[in-house]
Amino acid sequence: MNREEIIQAIKDIITTIAPDEDLSSLTEGERLRDQIELDSMDFLDIVMELRKRYGVQVPEDDYKELATLEGCANYLLPLMANATANA
Amino acid sequence: MTSKHTTQDARPAHSGSTGGHSTPSSDRLASIKDHYDLIVIGSGLAGMTAANVMGRNGRSVLLLESHSNYGGLATWFKRRGGHIFDVSLHGFPVGMKKTCRKYWSQEIADDIVPLDGVRFVNPQFNLETSFTRDDFTRILVEELGQELEQVESFYTHLRRMDFYDDSGQTVGELFEQFFPGRNDVHRLLMEPISYANGSTLDDPAITYGIVFSNFMSKGVYTFRGGTDQLIARMRRELVSNGVDLRNHVTVDRIRLEPGAEVWAAKGVEVGERFIAADAVLSNANLKSTILDMLDPAALKPEFLEEVRAVRLNNSSCQVYFGLRDGATLPFVGDLIFTSTRETFDSPSLCDMHGESRTFSFYYPKTRPGSERYTVVASTNARYEDWAELDQVSYEREKQRMIDETLACLEGLVPGISADIEHAEAATPRTFKFYTRHLGGSSFGTKFEGLRPSMELHEEVPGLYHAGSVGIIMSGWLGAANYGVIQASKIDSYLHARALSATPTT
Ligand SMILES: Cc1cc2nc3c(=O)[nH]c(=O)nc-3n(C[C@H](O)[C@H](O)[C@H](O)COP(=O)(O)OP(=O)(O)OC[C@H]3O[C@@H](n4cnc5c(N)ncnc54)[C@H](O)[C@@H]3O)c2cc1C
Repeated sequence: MNREEIIQAIKDIITTIAPDEDLSSLTEGERLRDQIELDSMDFLDIVMELRKRYGVQVPEDDYKELATLEGCANYLLPLMANATANA
Repeated sequence: MTSKHTTQDARPAHSGSTGGHSTPSSDRLASIKDHYDLIVIGSGLAGMTAANVMGRNGRSVLLLESHSNYGGLATWFKRRGGHIFDVSLHGFPVGMKKTCRKYWSQEIADDIVPLDGVRFVNPQFNLETSFTRDDFTRILVEELGQELEQVESFYTHLRRMDFYDDSGQTVGELFEQFFPGRNDVHRLLMEPISYANGSTLDDPAITYGIVFSNFMSKGVYTFRGGTDQLIARMRRELVSNGVDLRNHVTVDRIRLEPGAEVWAAKGVEVGERFIAADAVLSNANLKSTILDMLDPAALKPEFLEEVRAVRLNNSSCQVYFGLRDGATLPFVGDLIFTSTRETFDSPSLCDMHGESRTFSFYYPKTRPGSERYTVVASTNARYEDWAELDQVSYEREKQRMIDETLACLEGLVPGISADIEHAEAATPRTFKFYTRHLGGSSFGTKFEGLRPSMELHEEVPGLYHAGSVGIIMSGWLGAANYGVIQASKIDSYLHARALSATPTT
């Protein structure tokens, strides 16, 4: 997966967690929490979905890396380079 | 047996009644597998929610419950005459809606609805509230004469409290800092939370900060359909997600695999039967899980010491009133916090001859389609006060409690006595008997229970605990969310285990 695909994969996951949020205007550099209503349980769900869909493990200490979409892409790129999109 | 409590309830375990518990018969386990990814001990909201999340993640899960009903303290019982009593459906925060949508189903979430009326009736104030942040501000400023700025700075302070930076301040000290000498303000801010999680003015302020922000902010919610409906639906979800469930099965021991460094969980023992699992999640009481179900040789002495020192939370008393068929009640509110005590203090909330209690009124709207009314009165209680009573004194004390509660209820709804067909009481002994919680604890442990609960898997790889602990992880919402938090860790553990077991060639 490339950067764009990873960001799309994260957005797809967020859609299932927070179906009422409009994700079309999310900016990549800003904290997700500041743009849409996501609490710490939601972040846990993102991590669980990443594991389920792509087999990626995000250790608890690294959750903070997922605060922005940009952070997600940077952190996940090396881990998901070999994953296929729409897994 | 359809009802959870035996007639006149509250027979302690040694009296010989099995009341819902039964010796595990081997045929209850006849059709289960020999090995699971995860075995969950106990079907409280934490255990059930964890099982459901793991089942949905494609893991093989076995959920074992010692009682006939699933749900743990989220329970109900039926009585002759068509009465259904809910034990812990007084209310929960709005967050339960989201939790149910995410970890259960949209259908369950859709039936989580707000209460219409919450009231306080005591010598210091008599008022109705929507239980929202704005309304608490209005009450504090307009009714109790506090400065708006001070109220706002109290909220800001609570929001900023950091879990990892516990100052050592108690709740009482926190209140004195912001509202010195104003016992009425302390009562308003504390009473609902004391009933919701058993915390007191002596508990760490941090627990208050976390709970207040979740609970006293957007109203109080309930489940339309009653606890029986909720648990029935959850059970269907579990089955459809492939979880094997068995009731009437009491787990005796958690079996561990001795190792050089640490001992890892490898399954559970039910009587003579061993069932293997890669991970075990205990939803039983924290202390009984660690002190009674494990080989102590597996644990570091410091850890055992820490667990022994964990204090349990208080227990409860309840009085249940069922109105005869055809009788009706005017709407007086859904939840009423009452007290005849002039001032507020924490210990007296647990008094055996207490003057403080909450009333939950259940109208037909609770169970659409039913025309019945019930009233449940609850108080916090100390197990020690009830534990040693002989049978005669015990029955007498229960009757006294029923009579005093009824007198108080008459004050709220004059004439109601004439329509009451069924009245019965539950005590800390009842709660202990039915949930196996040490001391009949209603809300798990005090704050210090949180750490050993969260870190158990570091002592014993593959063994996890979820369930009300540490004050902040209690109540329906806290327990359910804690189940998910632990499920996520278990999922990660199973994932890593599978990877390391995969041959590299
Ligand atoms: C009177 C009362 C009123 C309450 N009111 C409210 C309320 O209005 N709102 C709210 O949010 N919360 C309320 N609570 C608190 C809430 O009900 C609990 O915090 C929550 O339900 C606890 O869930 P839990 O997951 O910790 O497990 P529990 O409910 O404690 O369940 C544990 C389960 O494990 C089973 N078990 C234990 N040992 C074994 C074993 N060895 N083998 C097999 N099974 C075992 C038990 O039988 C039980 O079913 C109330 C509690 C009480 C007592």
